[in-house]
Amino acid sequence: MTNSWTDIKNTDLVVVMGGNAAEAHPCGFKWVTEAKAARGAKLIVVDPRYTRTASVSDYYAPIRPGSDIAFLMGVIRWCIENDKVQWDYVRHFTNAAFLVKDEFGWADGLFTGYDEERRDYDKDSWDYKIGEDGFAEIDPTLQDPRCVWNLLKAHVDPYTPEFVENVCGTPKDRFLTICEMIGECSTPTKTMTSMYALGWTQHSKGAQNIRGMAMLQLILGNIGVRGGGMNALRGHSNIQGLTDIGLMSNLIPGYLNIPTESEPDWQSYMSSRRFAPLRPGQTSYWQNYEKFMVSFMKAMWGDAATAQNDWAYHYLPKLDVPAYDGMRMFELMNHGQVNLYFCQGFNPLLAFPDRAKLTEAFSKLKMLVVMDPLKTETSHFWQNHGIYNDVDPASIQTEVLELPTTCFAEDEGALVNSGRWLQWHWPGATPPGEAKHDTWIMAQIWTRVRQLYQDEGGVFPDPILNLSWDYADPGDPKAEELAREMNGRALETVRDPDDPTRVIAEPGQQLSGFGELRDDGSTMAGCWIYTGSWTEDGNMMARRDNNDPDDTGAYLNWAFSWPANRRILYNRASADLQGRPWDPSRKLLEWNGERWEGYDVPDIPPTSRPEDVGPFIMNPEGSSRLFSRGMMRDGPFPAHMEPFESPMANVFNPKMRGNPVARVFAADAERFATSEEFPLVATSYRLTEHFHYWTKHNPVNAALQPEFFVEISEELAAEKGIAKGGRVRIWGKRGQVWAKAVVTKRIRPLTCDGKTVHVVGIPLHWGFMGSARKGWGPNSLTPFVGDANVETPEFKAFLVNIEPASEEPVA
Amino acid sequence: MSDTAPQPTTAAANPPVQPIAPGFDARDVVRISATSNVPQPERQLTKLAKLIDVSKCIGCKACQSACIEWNDTMPAVEENVGVYENPHDLTPDMFTLMRFAEWENPATNELEWLIRKDGCMHCEDPGCLKACPAPGAIVQYSNGIVDFIHENCIGCGYCIKGCPFDIPRISRVDHTAYKCTLCSDRVAVGQGPACAKACPTEAIVFGTKEDMVAHAETRIEDLKSRGYENAGIYDPEGVGGTHVIYVLHHADKPSIYNDLPDNPRISPIVEGWKGVTKTAGLAVMGLAAIGATLHGLFARANQVEPEDEVEAERLVETEAPQPQPREDV
Amino acid sequence: MPRLRYSEPGDHIESRAPVTVSRYRGITRLNHWVTATSLILLLLSGLALFHPSLFFLTGIFGGGQVTRWIHPIIGIVLFFSFLLLFLQLWRLNLPRPEDRTWVANIGEVVKGHEEKLPELGKYNAGQKFVFWAMSVLIVVLIVSGVMIWEEYFPALVSIPLRRIAVLVHSLAAVAIILVFILHVYAAIWTRGTISAMTRGTVTGGWAWRHHRKWLREIAGRDRKGPAE
Repeated sequence: MTNSWTDIKNTDLVVVMGGNAAEAHPCGFKWVTEAKAARGAKLIVVDPRYTRTASVSDYYAPIRPGSDIAFLMGVIRWCIENDKVQWDYVRHFTNAAFLVKDEFGWADGLFTGYDEERRDYDKDSWDYKIGEDGFAEIDPTLQDPRCVWNLLKAHVDPYTPEFVENVCGTPKDRFLTICEMIGECSTPTKTMTSMYALGWTQHSKGAQNIRGMAMLQLILGNIGVRGGGMNALRGHSNIQGLTDIGLMSNLIPGYLNIPTESEPDWQSYMSSRRFAPLRPGQTSYWQNYEKFMVSFMKAMWGDAATAQNDWAYHYLPKLDVPAYDGMRMFELMNHGQVNLYFCQGFNPLLAFPDRAKLTEAFSKLKMLVVMDPLKTETSHFWQNHGIYNDVDPASIQTEVLELPTTCFAEDEGALVNSGRWLQWHWPGATPPGEAKHDTWIMAQIWTRVRQLYQDEGGVFPDPILNLSWDYADPGDPKAEELAREMNGRALETVRDPDDPTRVIAEPGQQLSGFGELRDDGSTMAGCWIYTGSWTEDGNMMARRDNNDPDDTGAYLNWAFSWPANRRILYNRASADLQGRPWDPSRKLLEWNGERWEGYDVPDIPPTSRPEDVGPFIMNPEGSSRLFSRGMMRDGPFPAHMEPFESPMANVFNPKMRGNPVARVFAADAERFATSEEFPLVATSYRLTEHFHYWTKHNPVNAALQPEFFVEISEELAAEKGIAKGGRVRIWGKRGQVWAKAVVTKRIRPLTCDGKTVHVVGIPLHWGFMGSARKGWGPNSLTPFVGDANVETPEFKAFLVNIEPASEEPVA
Repeated sequence: MSDTAPQPTTAAANPPVQPIAPGFDARDVVRISATSNVPQPERQLTKLAKLIDVSKCIGCKACQSACIEWNDTMPAVEENVGVYENPHDLTPDMFTLMRFAEWENPATNELEWLIRKDGCMHCEDPGCLKACPAPGAIVQYSNGIVDFIHENCIGCGYCIKGCPFDIPRISRVDHTAYKCTLCSDRVAVGQGPACAKACPTEAIVFGTKEDMVAHAETRIEDLKSRGYENAGIYDPEGVGGTHVIYVLHHADKPSIYNDLPDNPRISPIVEGWKGVTKTAGLAVMGLAAIGATLHGLFARANQVEPEDEVEAERLVETEAPQPQPREDV
Repeated sequence: MPRLRYSEPGDHIESRAPVTVSRYRGITRLNHWVTATSLILLLLSGLALFHPSLFFLTGIFGGGQVTRWIHPIIGIVLFFSFLLLFLQLWRLNLPRPEDRTWVANIGEVVKGHEEKLPELGKYNAGQKFVFWAMSVLIVVLIVSGVMIWEEYFPALVSIPLRRIAVLVHSLAAVAIILVFILHVYAAIWTRGTISAMTRGTVTGGWAWRHHRKWLREIAGRDRKGPAE
C-alpha cells in the first residue's frame, strides 16, 4: 500500500478491481464502510463475479478474467479525451514531459526490440533522450510528439469503449458510467483509492495490471494524497514482511538484490545501482544503496566483512538465472535436480499451479521437510486419499519430516500489514505438544550445520563459519534480538557528516533511522527499511497510542510504519508545486516557507524547497513514471495481453499467446489448453469464511463453509443440465476435480469477440486434510506459468470444461 | 438522552469507548412465561437494541463465528447444497445465520445480493414467551432482552409456534430450546453482544434503543442519498417493536430479505390458544367437574330397585331353557 | 345361530338366583382400564402443559421435561389401546331407532323414570355418544398431537399448520375431558354400573332396568345355550 488501511476512510471513491476486499479482507474493509458512511464515498466494483464487495457497492460492472489492462487503458483514454486530468500534477510530478528515444515504438501487440527466440525484449530503446548535460530531455509544454504524454495518448488510442466492451465483455454503458465516476476524481479536491489484491497479481501480466491503475491514479493526481494511492491488499498477514525481509529468491532484505553472475565483484555490483539523478537537483535516494548494502553485510558477517574484502561480497551467492522462484524450484525438482526441500509455512501442493506436476516433483525428492503448525497436504502428498489424492504410496520413496511449529498466536514478534505497519504482538497461548518456534528450529539446524563445517571443513565453509550469530542463546534467538538486529546499531561512533562534532550514535547504540547508516562499516542493519523500528527509545513497533490529531487517519504513534514511520508514501505530492495542499480539507503536508510540516513524516528532506525537489525521491527523475523505461520486462506501458489460456485471440496480434515474455518451461507449453477443447473461463478466489488452506482445520470455519463448490451462471447450468447443489466434474488440460455447483445470478455470461463467454468461479479452500469435507483446490487445473516480472502464477484466468457428475467416481 | 447517535459502543473498541451501564439480573424481569402477576421491578432499565444495518453487511459470517465461540456451541460440518448459507438453517447450535438472497430490482434492473443476519428479534411482545407453558423458562428483562432459562425449559416447542420469526430451535441433546440471548451474559457486565463485537464493518451495532434508532436514521439518510428511496428501519409494530432492528434498503419490502415477515405479529391462532381457549377451557372443564360432583352429591342416584331384580329373574325364568325345536337350522 | 342384535357373543347369564349377567370379558376390562389409565395420565400431563396454574401436575411425572416426553408416548398407548376397544365395541354402538326416543326423553332418564322409555340394547344413546365422541376426539388428538411432537416430528408440518394443530389439540382435549367427566359421572350416578368394568358382571335388576333388550336377548340365547 502507498497509503494505509486507516487512510481509506479519507477517500471519495473506492475502486475495487483485481480484488474482493470485503470477502478477502473483511476487517480492513471497515475503512471503506467508514468512508461510505462518514464521507458519502462511492464504491465501484469491477469483477467477473458479483462479489460480497459488490453487494455493498454503488456500481458494479462485470469483466472477463484477464482483460483488466484493456479496461484500465480504456479509462485512461476516456480521461484524456474528456480532459479528466489533474494537469498540474501530471506536468510537475510525472514524467509526462520527458522525451523518449525515437526508436521506441509499439506495433502488433509488441514493443520494439522483441526477440521471439529468447522470449525477451531488447529494451535499449525504452528510455529517455539524454541531453549533453547528462540529464533527461523534457518538454514542459507537452508539445513534443516524443514526450511521454503524447506517446501515452497514442498508446491508449485503440482502447475505445467499444474495444473494451469487445475484449472485456463489460457493457459499454457500464464502462462509461464508471469512467465518469472515476473522472470526477481528477479535481484536486476529490480522491479515489484503488484496492486490489491477487485478482491483479495472479496473471501472466500481473505487474502490468497494477501499472495500469497506478498510471490512472497519477493522471488523476491521486498518489501521495489522503484517500488516494495504490493499495495492495496483501494476501497473508505478514506477507508484506516476507517481501520486506527478502524472502524472494532474488532479494535480500530491504529490496536490495542478490548479485547475479554478471556481477562477480563489489564494483560491478554497485556500478549499476548508484542511480545518478536524471534531472537537476533530484534526490535519487537509491544513491545511498551502498550504505544499506554495507550495513546489511556487516549484519550478516560482522568483523569478517571489511572494506578490504569488499564487505565479504564473495560470500553472497550469485544468481545464474533471474530468480529461483517457486515454479523454477518445482521445475528443477521435477527434473530430479533437487534432493532436499524445506517447506516452511508453505503448502505448495495446494498453493502452486499444476498439482499433478507438483506431486510428481515431490515424489522425486530424497527428503522433504515441512515446518508447519498444521498437517498440510504437502506433508501428506504421498498418502492416498482416494480420489482426493490418488497416489500410490508404495511408489513414492521421498522421506518426509514434519516439524510442528507454533502458530502466530503462540509467537512474539512483529507482523507487517498491508499498510507497512510493523505491529508487535505477544504470545496469547502456550504452544501445544512438541510445537517449536520457527526461529528455534532454524537455529537448531543452523548450529548443527555449522558444527559439521567446523568438524569436517567443506568446499567453502567461510560464509557459514563467519556468519554473525550474536544471540544470548545461539540455539534460540529471541524475537527482540532479531528485531534489534534488523533495525541496526552503530559499530563505531557515528557522526553527523555536516557537523563532525555531533555524535549521532555511540558504538552499540540502536540507530533511529536509515539516514544514520554508513558505507564505511561503522553501522550494521539487517533490513534498512526497518531502521527506526527499535531505537534507543525502545520498541517502536509496540506503540499503541491511537491518538490521531484532526482525524487524519495517520496514527503516527501507533506501531511503526516503514520507511521512517511514514504513513503515506510520496506524501510530498499531496501539495502543489508551491507546497500548498491540493485539498486544504485533507491537508497532509504543507510548506511553511522554511520547512514541511503536517500530519505525516515528509517523504523528502523537511527543508527541501518545494519547487526544487520532486516528490518521487526513489526515482532518479524525481517524478513518477507514466512510462516505466526498461524497469519491467514486458513493456514501458501496459498493453493488452490475453491470458495463456484464453477464449479469444489477442486482437492486436492473433498469433501472440499470453504474455510474450513470460517464462514458459518447455513441457508446460504443451499443457496449455485451447478454447476449442475447453471453452469455459475459470477464475479462482477466496471466500470470507476461510483463510487459504488453514482454517479448514478449524471446525468452526469448516461448519461455516464445509464443502468445495464452484459457481456458475444460471445460463451455463441450464446449458449443461446442472442443478443447484448438484455434483459436477470440472476438468482442464492438467487435471480434474469434483465439486458442488452453486448456480447463481451473480455470474452472467459475457460477450467477447462476438462469442458467449461463460465464467466458472473456483474457490480455493479445500484439500484432503483438516475438518472440512475433502475437496480440491483450483491448482489441480491451473497452468504452470507466472507473471513475466515476478513469476506470480496465473491463477486468475484459465480454461476448463464442466459437466454434471452423478456419483462418486471410482478412484 | 443525547440528541444524536453517538458512535456505536461496541465493535469499535474493546473495552467499549462508551461502556453500557453494566448490571441487570433477575430483579429486572418484567415478564415470565406461564406466570401472571410478575411484580413490577423497582427500576426500569434503559431499553437496548441491536441494530443490524443490512446495507453495511458484507455477509462475512464473523457474527456466526463469534456466536459459536462465545456460546461454545459447535454446529455440524454439513455439506454444500448450492447456497452460501451454512449451517443451512438456524440450529440449536447456531443462534444466528447469514441469509443470502439474489434479488433483481425491477425498478433498476440491477442485481442486488441481499444479505441478512437472521436471529432472535427480541420482541417487545414476545410470542415465544406467550406460548411457553413452563413457568420461568422464558423471561423478558426491562431492557427488552428476551432470554431462555434452560433449567426451566421442558422442550415442548410451544415457543416455536409462538414466534412470528421462526427462531427457536429445540436441541436434540438436552431437549431445551435455544436462540440468540442478545448475549445477556455479556450485556450484564457492560459488554455488547459477541456478534456486534466481531462485525468488521460495524453493520451490527449495539446500544440503547433510542441511540440505535437515531443511528439508523443517519444510515437511512445516507441510503436515500444513494437512491434507495424506501430505505428505512424494521422495528415492527405488530410485536410492539423489537430490540433487534434492521436498516433495510428496501424497507417497503421486508420479505425480499429471505422472507423477513412484512407485518409480523403473534399469530391470532396462538393468541386464541393461549387466550380464550386456555381460560374458557379450564372454566368449562372445572364447571363440568364441579357440576357433576354437586349433582352426584345432591341429586338422587339412579338405583336398581329390588323389583327390578325380581323382574329380571322372572324374565330369565320365562325365557328359561326348555327343550324346543331348533329354530336356526 | 340368530343374528345378535343387542348383545355380544360373550355376554351371558352367569347365575340365575339372583340373576347376574356377564357384560364384559376380562380382556375387554383390561383393555378398558389401560385406556382409562392412559387417558387419566394424558389428562394430568396435558392439563399441566395447558394452563400454568396446573403446571404443578408435572410433579406427578417427575418434572416438566419428563411430562413433555411421556405425554405423547402415553398418547400412542391410548390410541392403540382404544383402537382395540373400538374394534370390540363399535358394532353395538351403532345408532338404532330407539336411541332417538331415548334422547328425546333424556329428562325422564335424569329423573330416573326409565320405565317411560323404550327397551334398550347393550348401550343407550348416552353411552353411544361417549363412545363415538371418544373415538373421534382420540383420532383428532393423535393426528394433531403428532403434528406438534417436536422430539420426533420436528418438521412434519409447517409452523402455521402446527399452530392450528396445537389449537385443535387443546380444543379436542377440553372436549374429551368433558366427555370423560360425563362418562365417569354417568357410571357413578347409575348405581351398579361400575361392577361391569370391575368384576365384569351386572345384576339382573340393573340389566332389566337399563338394558332390557340386551338381557332379553342373552336370556333367550342361554335358553338354547351351552347345554346343547
